[in-house]
Amino acid sequence: MSAATTTDAANGRQDPRQDPQRDPQPPHGPPQDPQPTPLVRARDLDLRYPGGLLALAGVALELHAGEFVAIVGPSGSGKSSLLRAIAGLTPTSRGELRVAGLTPAHARTRWARAAFVFQDPTLLPWRSVRDNVALPLELGRSRSTTLDHRAEVDRALTLVGLADFAEVHPDQLSGGMRMRASLARALVTRPELLLLDEPFGALDELTRERLDDELLRLWQRDRFAALAVTHNLAEAVLLADRVLVLSPRPGRVIHQQAIELPRPRPPGLQHTPEFAAQLATLRARVQESA
Amino acid sequence: MTREPLWTRLWPPLLLFAGFLLAWQLLCVLLTPPAYLIPAPTRIAAAAIAEASALATGTALTALAALLGLVISLVLGTAIAVAFSQSRALARSLYPYAIFLQTVPIVAVAPLIVIWFGTGLTSVVLVAVMISLFPVITNGTTGLTRVDPQYLELFAMRDASRLQVLLKLRLPGAVPYLVTGAKISSGLAVIGAIVGEFFAGYGAAGYGLGYLIVQNSGRLKTADLFAAIFACTLLGLLLFAAVSLLGELVLRRWRGREHEA
Repeated sequence: MSAATTTDAANGRQDPRQDPQRDPQPPHGPPQDPQPTPLVRARDLDLRYPGGLLALAGVALELHAGEFVAIVGPSGSGKSSLLRAIAGLTPTSRGELRVAGLTPAHARTRWARAAFVFQDPTLLPWRSVRDNVALPLELGRSRSTTLDHRAEVDRALTLVGLADFAEVHPDQLSGGMRMRASLARALVTRPELLLLDEPFGALDELTRERLDDELLRLWQRDRFAALAVTHNLAEAVLLADRVLVLSPRPGRVIHQQAIELPRPRPPGLQHTPEFAAQLATLRARVQESA
Repeated sequence: MTREPLWTRLWPPLLLFAGFLLAWQLLCVLLTPPAYLIPAPTRIAAAAIAEASALATGTALTALAALLGLVISLVLGTAIAVAFSQSRALARSLYPYAIFLQTVPIVAVAPLIVIWFGTGLTSVVLVAVMISLFPVITNGTTGLTRVDPQYLELFAMRDASRLQVLLKLRLPGAVPYLVTGAKISSGLAVIGAIVGEFFAGYGAAGYGLGYLIVQNSGRLKTADLFAAIFACTLLGLLLFAAVSLLGELVLRRWRGREHEA
């Protein structure tokens, strides 16, 4: 981080408006007053699937601009359902859910500042990496005409270290590189909200650790709000400002843990006693809930 | 994907065919069956050489009809598959009639087509289309509708229009299925053209292979009949090989491997 950037001592967060490194952003998003409206707010949220399965019951959560929150919980606790509901991909059945002040469906179509990173890379096999990353810019009514598409794609590819693989097709990439391409595709639209559904869950441990570091670096740089579902507690502690623990089905938030670790995360943090203490607390809470 | 070179894939069936011809010739020499029943391969070859120009024009005419039928089936079948993929109601109400194409005995319908459209190329092509359309429709519909829901969500996240989903997701995703459909249809189009020629011929415009088969079987010119049958088989093989090769090139491009051998 450059010395010119300011840091909010209270929450360890940088003010993105004062970061000279930051690329210009379209004037969207909620205002960042001292008591900001959360970017995502859920209250007493139920999600029942058409078959009758109750996935979420009375979920409450808040996610503020620039914040990184991780969601953990046992399998089937509705973590992915919650993420999909926030994305506006799955309708909820009861309670309040607002994204940028809108219903999730409206936020998806009108606000259009959220990006979703799926568990699988979901790259189109007939498109090169470049064309895959460019896809979001080609779609929708919200298609931006002001931005130079090619430059945006190049920027996203460089961010994830795939600039040299732009013309390659996905089946010629390793699993980790495909996930990077998927990340680049999410970042190409300069999202204000990044939703990640166990994005590195299928990768080997070393690759996952490397991609976690990449994700942290990108988040530190652009300070989008991030909501990441993971089943890896260490990953949650490493990435997030806060970790939410969901109960077994039907899922609700039974524990919230603020992660008191320095930002930006120093290298080797995972091997410090502070990290171990945070992880132990979280693990105990998760075990209580299971 | 590593592929064996063409030659190593070709020589086993060719060797088998040569052995088969040799055994046939040998049996004809040893058992001397009447030539109208089973002519020796050498006799068939002699007949083919004697009738070379009739066989060549016949093959060309049949090839034209089969190719036209195949192209029409591909265009029409893809259009129908797109319609099916866009409307479940349409697919539900029309699919049974698509199956009708597959199940109706074409030899029973072909005379009807002749009554309606007369003899000639139009009727022959129509029969070829009727036989070769179905695999394009089914494969195309499968390819267009079998889309990973995550891809649909990816497009939904950007509020993609129906047309964008069709043009940027469904159609390119269906390409491998359409290639398979085209390969199946290529053989069927040749069969359709020959069956069409049985009934519809070309009149004064010339004789297709189907007509040669009917004519030679009527006159018990069995060696000529065999020559025509071999020409049909060769034509079917050639069209299938051409469509397979083209399909391979399309798929290689689709996977972004056009520069590889």
